[in-house]
Amino acid sequence: MRRDVFQAIADPTRRAILGLLVAGAMTPNAVAEHFDSTRQTISKHIQILTECEIVTQKKTGREIYYHFNPEKMKEIDIWLERFRKMWEDSFDQLDNLLNDL
Amino acid sequence: MTNSFVFEADMAAKKIYMSREFNAPIEKVWRAFTEADLLDKWVGPKPYKITTKIMEFKVGGIWLYAMVGPDGPVGWSRAEFTAIENGSYFYSINMFSDENGSTVEGAPSSVTETKFSSIEGNRTKVEVVKAFTHEATIKMFAEGGFKEGSAMGYNQLDELLAAEEAKF
Repeated sequence: MRRDVFQAIADPTRRAILGLLVAGAMTPNAVAEHFDSTRQTISKHIQILTECEIVTQKKTGREIYYHFNPEKMKEIDIWLERFRKMWEDSFDQLDNLLNDL
Repeated sequence: MTNSFVFEADMAAKKIYMSREFNAPIEKVWRAFTEADLLDKWVGPKPYKITTKIMEFKVGGIWLYAMVGPDGPVGWSRAEFTAIENGSYFYSINMFSDENGSTVEGAPSSVTETKFSSIEGNRTKVEVVKAFTHEATIKMFAEGGFKEGSAMGYNQLDELLAAEEAKF
C-alpha cells in the first residue's frame, strides 16, 4: 500500500509525534514516553511516518534516532502556494470584469 | 483594497477553503461564475486564460474548458454540476479531462462548493470549499504538484504556474 504525507498527518497521534520530532531527533523509546499508548502502538505510528518519508531513521551508535524530514512538508507548501496564487490572480481579474459588467 | 482574499488549507481533511469579497451585487457575481463568456474573461493566471467548449449550467450538466497559453491549449478540465440553488450556491465535481470531457483514469478530482452571499454595500462574498478525493490527488499534493501526471498535461500546467511565479 502506498503511503503519502496525508496519511502521515491524518492521525492526531502522528501529528503529535511529528510535533516532537520537529524539535529534535528522538529514539523510539523517548517518543513513546510522551504518550499513554503502548510502545507497540507508537512504533506502528512511527513506521507509517517513515513509510511516508516524512520521518527518516538514522543509527547513532546502538540507538536508532528518528528525524523529521522538512522537505516532504515543503512540497505541499509549494503546491498550495501555486494554487493560491492562481486563484488570487483570477479573482483580481474578476474585479475588473465586474466593473465593466 | 477591499478584496479580503482568504485562503486556508486543512491538510488533514484534504480541504481548501477560499473566500473573496467583490464590489458588485450578487446577481453580477453569480453570472460571472456561471456564464461561459464571462468565465473565459477572468479564470486563469495571465498570460494563460481559459476557453470554454461546453457549458451546461444545470444539475448533471458539465462545463468543459481548455487552459490556453500563447501557444495553444495546455490542458483540459471539466466540472460536473451536482447541485444548484440559483443565486445562492452550486456544487461541482472538478477534474482534469481530455478535450472531449472524458475523464482520465487516475485523474485527481475535487468536490467544490461555491457559495454566494450578499454583504453590506451591495457587495458579494464568495466562499469556495474544495474537498480533494482521489488517491491520485493526494499523490499530486504529496509529490509537489503536477510533476508526474504527464497523461493530463500536468507538466505544461506546472510550467505555466512556474512561469507565472517567475513574473513576481
